[in-house]
Amino acid sequence: MSSRINDYNIFCVVGSDTVRNRSRSLYAEEGSREKMIGAGKMKQYTNVLDKPLSKGRQEVSLSGFAYLFSELVQYNQTQVDNIGELERRLEDAGYAVGVRVLELLCHREKGNRRETRLLGILSFVHSTVWKVLFGKVADSLEKGTEHEDEYMISEKELLVNRFISVPKDMGSFNCGAFVAGIVRGVLDNAGFPAVVTAHFVPVDGQQRPRTTILIKFAEEVLRREARLG
Amino acid sequence: MAAIYSLYIINKSGGLIFYKDYGLQGRMDTNDSLRLASLWHSMHAISQQLSPIPGCAGIELLEADTFDLHCFQSLTGTKFFVVSEPGTQNMENLLKHIYELYTDYVLKNPFYEMEMPIRCELFDINLAQAIQKDRVSYLGR
Repeated sequence: MSSRINDYNIFCVVGSDTVRNRSRSLYAEEGSREKMIGAGKMKQYTNVLDKPLSKGRQEVSLSGFAYLFSELVQYNQTQVDNIGELERRLEDAGYAVGVRVLELLCHREKGNRRETRLLGILSFVHSTVWKVLFGKVADSLEKGTEHEDEYMISEKELLVNRFISVPKDMGSFNCGAFVAGIVRGVLDNAGFPAVVTAHFVPVDGQQRPRTTILIKFAEEVLRREARLG
Repeated sequence: MAAIYSLYIINKSGGLIFYKDYGLQGRMDTNDSLRLASLWHSMHAISQQLSPIPGCAGIELLEADTFDLHCFQSLTGTKFFVVSEPGTQNMENLLKHIYELYTDYVLKNPFYEMEMPIRCELFDINLAQAIQKDRVSYLGR
């Protein structure tokens, strides 16, 4: 807002020489018209907070991403001695993404509102977050049948795993750990602490297993949810 | 009857990093395939030197009585070649497609070590599909 007032003042100063002898009302009219024309071109924001958040580029190169992610995994592989640690490091890398994604999307898509209910935040992750990050909503969101506190997001082919074949000697390691980290980052910072893990789940009649992101919420989350009714 | 007998991928120093045979003809044991791969690598290099045309990129097609050998060399020096039935068409496109699969499922795989033998499940799956498709279009023709 302040920037617009500034621009108007600048016009008044510049314009005052030419319109000095005109009547007061005409001057005001001239000023407001000029301001309206200028309003569309006003790109110089003095304050970064006045600037509307851009929609962002909706697409990035898949190859570019795949090579970058591949390097991320390779680098982390040199820093660890076992698979568990590699998984944890990928998850931490994803966590940092999740924190930022939550903040950005709450501001951009939800008008500065954040989901406070369990199902709300889950569907936010399943649709809004997924759509922004992977260009589509996740294939499915299910509630665990055995435990009350478990939810699953499944993907037939997770984007990060598209070009990755995990060698047999690495067992059940899944690079989806990065995505699990993103989900944990979003949930944790929205006030829903949870343990999130990525697993390969074989599908009948399919050559490739699908990836399931398993979300296990902390006890306090469920207690709060029960209280809210 | 198969259009393609076998497929080889050799790295820039002439080592065989991938070998697969299709059909019964021209089947080879591991030692023979390794030998053929390094032999082809050297022949390819010599042909570049001997060629009367300046800037020659090496042999692309070798025609013999019982087989054709189509070769494609990528910019980085990795060579892909298929041994096929004499007179088989459209091999250049198949080789380019295999190169595409190689860049996708091998080079973008963080667990693949450069210049080492290719052991990537996704590459195998997609390669099998590409060969199958080529075979279907071959039978259609």
